[in-house]
Amino acid sequence: MSMKQIAGWALDVCHAQGVQYAEIRIVDDRQRALSTKNGKVGYVSDSESLGAGIRVLANGAWGFAATEDLTRESIEITAGRALEIARSSARVKQEDVRLAPEKAYVDDWASPCRIDPFTTSVEQNIDLLLKIDAELRAVAGITLAEANLNFRRYEQWFYNSDGSDIHQVKTTVGAGYAAYAFSGNEIMKRSYPNSFGGQWQDKGYELVGELKLLENARRIAEEAVALHKADQCPQGNYDIILDSSQLGLQIHESIGHPIELDRVLGMEANFAGMSFLTTEKLRKLKYGSDIVNVVADATEAHGPGLGTFKYDDEGVPAQCTPVITNGLFTGYLTSRDTAHTIGAERSGGTMRADGWNRVPMIRMTNISILPGTTPLTLDQLIASTDHGIFFQTNRSWSIDDKRYNFQFGTEIGWEIKGGKLGRMLKNPSYSGITTEFWNSMDAICSRDQWTLWGTPNCGKGQPQQVMGTGHGAAPARFRGIKVGSAYKAG
Amino acid sequence: MLTKDKAQETFARVLKHSHADETELLIGGGQSALTRFANNGITQNVSEKNYSLSVRVNLDGRTARATTNKFDEESIRRVVEAATNLAKVQAADPDLLPMADAAAFDPAGPAPARNYFETSSIGPQERATAVEKIVQVAQKRKLTTAGIYATSESVDAILNSRGLVSYHTQTSAECSITMLAPDSSGWQKSNSPDARNFDPVELAEVAAEKAKESAGPKELPPGKYTVILEPAAVLDLLGFMFWDWGGQAILDERSFLNNRVGTKLFGENISISDDVYHPLQSGAPFDGEGVRKQQVKLVENGVVTSLVYARGTAEKVRKSEFANKLGPVRPTGHGFPIPNEVGEAPMNIVISGGADDKKRTIDEMVKGTEDGILVTRLWYIREVDPYEKILTGMTRDGTFQIKGGQIFGGIRNFRFNQSLVTFLNNVLEMSEPVRASGEESFDMVVPAMKIRDFNFTEVTKF
Repeated sequence: MSMKQIAGWALDVCHAQGVQYAEIRIVDDRQRALSTKNGKVGYVSDSESLGAGIRVLANGAWGFAATEDLTRESIEITAGRALEIARSSARVKQEDVRLAPEKAYVDDWASPCRIDPFTTSVEQNIDLLLKIDAELRAVAGITLAEANLNFRRYEQWFYNSDGSDIHQVKTTVGAGYAAYAFSGNEIMKRSYPNSFGGQWQDKGYELVGELKLLENARRIAEEAVALHKADQCPQGNYDIILDSSQLGLQIHESIGHPIELDRVLGMEANFAGMSFLTTEKLRKLKYGSDIVNVVADATEAHGPGLGTFKYDDEGVPAQCTPVITNGLFTGYLTSRDTAHTIGAERSGGTMRADGWNRVPMIRMTNISILPGTTPLTLDQLIASTDHGIFFQTNRSWSIDDKRYNFQFGTEIGWEIKGGKLGRMLKNPSYSGITTEFWNSMDAICSRDQWTLWGTPNCGKGQPQQVMGTGHGAAPARFRGIKVGSAYKAG
Repeated sequence: MLTKDKAQETFARVLKHSHADETELLIGGGQSALTRFANNGITQNVSEKNYSLSVRVNLDGRTARATTNKFDEESIRRVVEAATNLAKVQAADPDLLPMADAAAFDPAGPAPARNYFETSSIGPQERATAVEKIVQVAQKRKLTTAGIYATSESVDAILNSRGLVSYHTQTSAECSITMLAPDSSGWQKSNSPDARNFDPVELAEVAAEKAKESAGPKELPPGKYTVILEPAAVLDLLGFMFWDWGGQAILDERSFLNNRVGTKLFGENISISDDVYHPLQSGAPFDGEGVRKQQVKLVENGVVTSLVYARGTAEKVRKSEFANKLGPVRPTGHGFPIPNEVGEAPMNIVISGGADDKKRTIDEMVKGTEDGILVTRLWYIREVDPYEKILTGMTRDGTFQIKGGQIFGGIRNFRFNQSLVTFLNNVLEMSEPVRASGEESFDMVVPAMKIRDFNFTEVTKF
């Protein structure tokens, strides 16, 4: 049975009932997870999930139903259920859903993938992880070593009542490791290339080779142990430099979430929260300093980010939206049913769902800060800083439900004195208010220092959905930031 | 709903394709529906049916798992083959145990009744009616509401080739409501296997009252305050420490309980147990290997008395340097499905309230507080320090100043940085424990708590 036939069963039911709009997404999701821990295999598992989700707009309201059973009977029942749910929704509505117009597309796309990770040898992959593990534990004082490889192939067939017929395949690879050192009353941790599973991109297995995992393991383990003897990060106001991965998470939390228009409009008020970025601030708010330029870019040209695709999950082509332009707030993440609230004629193409059984919602694509146009390396940035702190690799992150007040901790910090990296600092943290923070940015490194990081675990929605997002960033400096309040005695 | 007979029939089909030494089938899933509302209208309304079929094989001392959501013959053959292929390429693990035998779960043992027709029969019309009533409360009070009303019926089944059959089915109903005023908000949430155990309108009224009472919030300086945390705030905070409560966390030396089991770590008034059979608890009475869950006393009068253990972890701990440092070491039925890295954790927490003569309602706690703060809910909690268990996060949706034993209006939300060890030494009063549900941790049976010197470090702009 072809996917088009299955989709036809659903759309025929919807058409017969006179719905305003209908779409079906059929998803075949395959994942592999491999890990090692302290010299042994941690877990080895494969999973696959295939099913269909049907979203309909009827009587001015949405309904959605999903099933793992792709037989004709099941698909028709599920379409009927989506319709019944939409009609129930219509009983409690303040206004009819208004969809921004969009063309119909017939297309086929796959994310660039040189080496299909599912064709690589599991044995060799485990061997690589065990070599990393051995290298980490070769350093005296390491009490726990964890390494992981994750592969995903996400194939989706999208059909809607406007005539779209879109097939997309995304391949994702994630790889990384962490070393822990427990001693006295402290557990210290260093991760590579980033915390929370390492680096994640929509690429093939070639990513694993690019990350130089084994080559960095000894240094990472030594830093984890050395943190026990490091001085506590001081408290006070400092000029700070964030490494690119930490800046990526800073963007995610204090720019990416506030610009989600559904959040601004109150759709997430009960769970993920709202946003300080109310609609009257569009093209008026000075979000950051003049050198802050941020885009929401889902196009393939931006790179292999977790937010790259050719069409979003309501069939809208990928776009690049300027979010902050020379410091001015210039754009939201939008969908077909929210675009009209800011006077936009078209969706920004940011709707994505975490699988066939979840409804699409506004999600970050690749929310990236553009690098500086003048050549500037991290070494040069440090050299131009008289007294400050360099923060590397996220350890904790928290922000209020309107995205004003944040606090981040990193795994390691370094004092900068007289333009040079000095003593290592443990338990570094910094905090602030979003717009004050971005307006304090006075330098950002250039393109050669810029990395497109993957955040694989962004949670939003009820039932909660977990989505991968991309964040390009280069090391940047912020002036007069509050440091160290996480460790004020509590 | 997938019946026990259907689970056994499916397992027979799995076994037909398996040539492993031992084979395990884990079935999970069912039907769920969720109606979401915002701006006084339904904005999202979803329904799902899905079952996962997860096969683990043991083969020459190696184990691996593969999962599918398809029950046809070819899919079952492929999932068994995938698990087998993944197992084959590993080195043998000397710590791998044979699968649990049939005696690990005696079906004649306690079987909490947690499946209610009154919940499973709720459809989209009934959910819309509930939301309609919540919206009416909002409109009556000139507020805007957002939230969810959700129901589900699910199954957990674990069967293996050593004859083990563990099967559990349950329903769940959940309602979470936020009420928004121009510069304030209020929140309430409840869930239960039986939808009759809470009233959405009552929740809406309380949330609305909080939104009204916290209007015009003033800014107080950060610092240490006497704080009353409602049960949802208590569980969201304390939930972060129970991931450290398994034997594997000790072996990995990533637990804040390393070198602290058997010590008096918390105040005398703190007693905590894990008890899936408690009438206010929910969930299956067996763990990820199908082993029956035991009641475990985790903390008695401030002393950390016991951890929880999966079968394999208990064996490893007995052979380790920690064997004589942890009190009783035995499988307690708290393991996660194998293979995993975490090992186990207690997920049916019951925190005792104060002694009977010292239990206080939240109103009584407020009356007895000269200067303090009442917190409805916490948000975006993250671990700052894993051994001192310092957590950071924000207050949200109803934070009040208490002055002279009375609520003295709303205040702007605070950021806290608070050690849980210190926190549990500073508990002044507790209420009767209730079943509570938050957003940052799993559901628990917990009391409200009044704490001294709760550490607020910053204040936000609303």
